[in-house]
Amino acid sequence: MKKSIIGLGRYFLLVYDSFLNLFSSPFEKEILIQQIYEIGLRSLPVCLMTSIAVGMVLALQTGMASMAVLNEPAYIGTVVSYSLIKELGPMLTSVVLVGRIGAAITAEIGTMRVTEQIDAMYTLGTDPIKYLIIPRIIAFTIVLPILTLLSNITGMIGGGIISYLKFNIPSTIYIRDSLDYLYLDDFFHGLIKSVIFGIIISTIACYKGFYTEGGAEGVGKATTGCVVMSVTTLLIGDYFLSSLLISLGIG
Amino acid sequence: MIKIINLYKSFNQKPVLQGINLEIYDGETLTIMGGSGQGKTVLLKNIIGLIKPDKGKIYVDDIDITSASKEILQKVQSKFGYLFQGSALFDSMTVFENVAFGLRHQNISFEEVKKRVELYLSYVELEGVENMYPSELSGGMRKRVALARAVAYNPHYILYDEPTTGLDPQTAETITDLIISLQKKLNVTSVVVTHDLKAALKVSQRIAFLYKGKIVTVEEPKKILNTNISFLKEFISYAIMNPI
Repeated sequence: MKKSIIGLGRYFLLVYDSFLNLFSSPFEKEILIQQIYEIGLRSLPVCLMTSIAVGMVLALQTGMASMAVLNEPAYIGTVVSYSLIKELGPMLTSVVLVGRIGAAITAEIGTMRVTEQIDAMYTLGTDPIKYLIIPRIIAFTIVLPILTLLSNITGMIGGGIISYLKFNIPSTIYIRDSLDYLYLDDFFHGLIKSVIFGIIISTIACYKGFYTEGGAEGVGKATTGCVVMSVTTLLIGDYFLSSLLISLGIG
Repeated sequence: MIKIINLYKSFNQKPVLQGINLEIYDGETLTIMGGSGQGKTVLLKNIIGLIKPDKGKIYVDDIDITSASKEILQKVQSKFGYLFQGSALFDSMTVFENVAFGLRHQNISFEEVKKRVELYLSYVELEGVENMYPSELSGGMRKRVALARAVAYNPHYILYDEPTTGLDPQTAETITDLIISLQKKLNVTSVVVTHDLKAALKVSQRIAFLYKGKIVTVEEPKKILNTNISFLKEFISYAIMNPI
């Protein structure tokens, strides 16, 4: 219990310190660009593959369910677009990034901690929070909404393919179904979520790495801890965030 | 000058430093010796502000780093070069990038950075390795790159944490000679932490002995060999019989 409270305190102090120095000089522009490339471009294929599969399965299940209930495949586009834009898009993209990037960040920073590379940074006049953590938080916060948007589009395309191939729904009807009930608020609902998810994942990953203890075993534990803590926080936080956004009239 | 007054540090209720008092004079090389687990590295990390003490004061050029703000501490830290026990080279960077790391925000041109990196690599007798990664270097070469990195931005103080540990006798001798030659070339104040008696006798003007969390004696190398303190006598005779 005491350890958890100390951990929570350290996490919030690290987040506070990071946000306090967010744009203070020296700003590590090169590291930011490198991180945007790493998190964004290199994660794009896996995000798109996941979302197209999710869009396809959503269309298939919705079509089959409406066939069973209404005897015709109705509202496939509506269900696919609604689910993806408001929930599945931000959540699935975030979960993919936790596994692909969050764990890697923890392992990288954790290894630097146990091999004294972080201490070396201090002795070389560089604040590791500015050099290692802030660029990653900014990169995550910029990239996650963009990846989510692209995943949403790909997922909807996947749903459209299945609607056409399996249920003979023309693309014009699928697109009309998808967009008819969708408002700008819904789009912002997903967008705000992905920004907050980006902050959650990056800060947890950096925190877990920054406070790694105990050699190679410690790095392994920290990496596992990052994935578990990120996914749990995302799933629990998603409910409260959705409730808050709905109560504010956003989506 | 570095002045340590009544310094205490413990980890998980286990006391490590129990009232350290020590003065390190400008321009000298002081070696802190002691057995494994006596807190030599902890003391060194306290001196540079990487670890906060539980009690006591550390003055670096009259600035108390134990109560200094983050900005002041960072300024004080920039006066130090630190050679880590495991070298602590950035493994994602080349040798050039490692040595140039401390120069990044010093408003000097790339040409100047290049010149300085080449100069300090030549000081540690390493040339033509600029584009290699730490994983491609031997242990001794890594130590030398770390040494070049530690001195590349002209620090006033250099802290050496076990500079010869884990090296073969010949490479250890080379590193010891490098410490002496850098001391002459750069005229810095050096603090060496080691349990290698041979290296300590060679590089130091004074040797401090750390035992049970306290500095029990600070003497010139010759005098320390003729000590009357029983456990120090034992340590020295064992070190002479089993050199590293």
